[in-house]
Amino acid sequence: MLRYALKRFLSLVLSLAVASLIIFFVIEIAPGDPATFMLGINAQEDTVAALREELGLNGTKLSRYLSWVSGMLTGDFGTSYTYRTPVAQMVADRLKVSLPLAIFGLLLSVLIGIPAGIYAATRRGKGGDIAVMGATQLGVAVPNFWFAMMLVLLFAIKLRWFGAGGFPGWDKGFWVCLHALTLPAICLALPQAAILARVMRSSLLDVLGEDFMRTARAKGLTHLQAVWRHGVRNAFIPVLTIIGLQIAFLLAGAIIIEQVFYLPGLGRLIFQSINARDLIVVESVVMLLVFSVIVVNFLVDLAYAAVDPRLRSRE
Amino acid sequence: MNRNMILGGGLSALMISGALLSLVWTPYDVALLDIPNKLQTPDAQNLLGTDHFGRDILSMIMAGARTSLGVALLAVAIGLAFGIPLGLLAAARKGSWLDELIMRGNDVVFAFPLLAMAILITAVFGPSALNAIIAFGIFNIPVFARTVRGGALSLWEREFIMAARVAGKSSIRISFEHILPNIVNLLIVQGTIQFALGIQVEAALSFVGLGVQPPVPSLGRMLADAQTLVILAPHLAIFPGLAIILIVLGLNLFGDGLRDWLDPRLRMARS
Repeated sequence: MLRYALKRFLSLVLSLAVASLIIFFVIEIAPGDPATFMLGINAQEDTVAALREELGLNGTKLSRYLSWVSGMLTGDFGTSYTYRTPVAQMVADRLKVSLPLAIFGLLLSVLIGIPAGIYAATRRGKGGDIAVMGATQLGVAVPNFWFAMMLVLLFAIKLRWFGAGGFPGWDKGFWVCLHALTLPAICLALPQAAILARVMRSSLLDVLGEDFMRTARAKGLTHLQAVWRHGVRNAFIPVLTIIGLQIAFLLAGAIIIEQVFYLPGLGRLIFQSINARDLIVVESVVMLLVFSVIVVNFLVDLAYAAVDPRLRSRE
Repeated sequence: MNRNMILGGGLSALMISGALLSLVWTPYDVALLDIPNKLQTPDAQNLLGTDHFGRDILSMIMAGARTSLGVALLAVAIGLAFGIPLGLLAAARKGSWLDELIMRGNDVVFAFPLLAMAILITAVFGPSALNAIIAFGIFNIPVFARTVRGGALSLWEREFIMAARVAGKSSIRISFEHILPNIVNLLIVQGTIQFALGIQVEAALSFVGLGVQPPVPSLGRMLADAQTLVILAPHLAIFPGLAIILIVLGLNLFGDGLRDWLDPRLRMARS
């Protein structure tokens, strides 16, 4: 196990290194000098030079890449070109909205998708199955930001159960904030729940055909007991893979949904930064998104190896 | 043929022909602004109403769907153009450093959420339809490379490939002459699914301003324009959204049906 974990860890570090190189050099291609941009075109030459020094823009590409990476390792993401505040602080502030939203969305998608998938599998070929499968086809096809607009029309404008957008801030209380994040989280969960339901259904159907399911029935369990104790548990492995993938991509999904609900999350930060050409912020947020995907995949792999020894010996 | 294929194929054919029809005819000219006639609700003149510039929404959807389909199609083409050779090469040199390099490269690209890729490209080169195509195209490369490699690996074990090797053909020739024709099915199914995804990607990227730029109409742009007006004129958002749903639903159903139809195991289980 330790050897496997070590090997996976090395490949994690390598992936992060390659990804950071790609991000750094793509950003490097961008035209224009950040220091001139910050000070305006009428700035004195020596002021620009001083600022370049302060921002660490001098030096070779390699030395700047290394200082960027070592900075990130110690939690220093640099200073925003437009706001002159630490990027780490800005990102942390925005994550207070985006991260809870992503987690809320994940919870909803699991709570909806898994029971729906189990239900469909146990009703295979009957009306309930067909209805759930039809709903999942729709759930995958509906753009979730469009669904968000429709929910705003219905629940915020017509019924007035929810606000049309905005975020009160966590100091206004947990439930107020949860309420504000409910519609966005539902939209974020919609396609994910549909995918989870499909994977859960097909995985459970595979397991239901296994010999041990017949044994479980033969030893006197009712069909539902057998499905629950032996079927669902065994069917969970592929479902966990999908959930792992979803965790990583929910943060990116949240960025788009935030735009519909005017939430002050990572999304707003990144689009403002793109428009302001505040590339150091863009660089850090993209790295953060990629980092979360790679690390989550790493953790999922480790969790599997801990549970299933066969996966360890394969490498 | 099965039910999903017919239903999905019919639906996508209908939507795609509507989009293609816009090349020669739309009910109204989408470049013509008619401000006095703005924000009309659906009636006999404008079947789906008019937008904030008084443009006919049905015409806009037809022309916009054409852009969206074009973006998706080009991105799938990029994925195929790079993914096929990479996947074939990785399978032909299975287990070598080249295979390892290609697959690790795939993993790294795959770790970039699509949106992160689009953000990175847009931040540097500015927002445009072309950059949205490139972002989704790059995203597609590992998808197709994996599909091709997986399909090719099982073929390399087969006797007719062995025979071709014994006959002295190079692995490159075998890859293109014998392997590729036998995985076309897989590619069509995966291609259909990525094409459907592309419609949604165009919509999402254009919605947040990273994709198609005005004045070119696209389904995503229409939704972006509708966002500030949705309370005043819900039909501005409803109809382009429905168009996206119908296209994606049609393509996905078709892809699912095609996969079942092409998989002989499933076909035998049914008959």
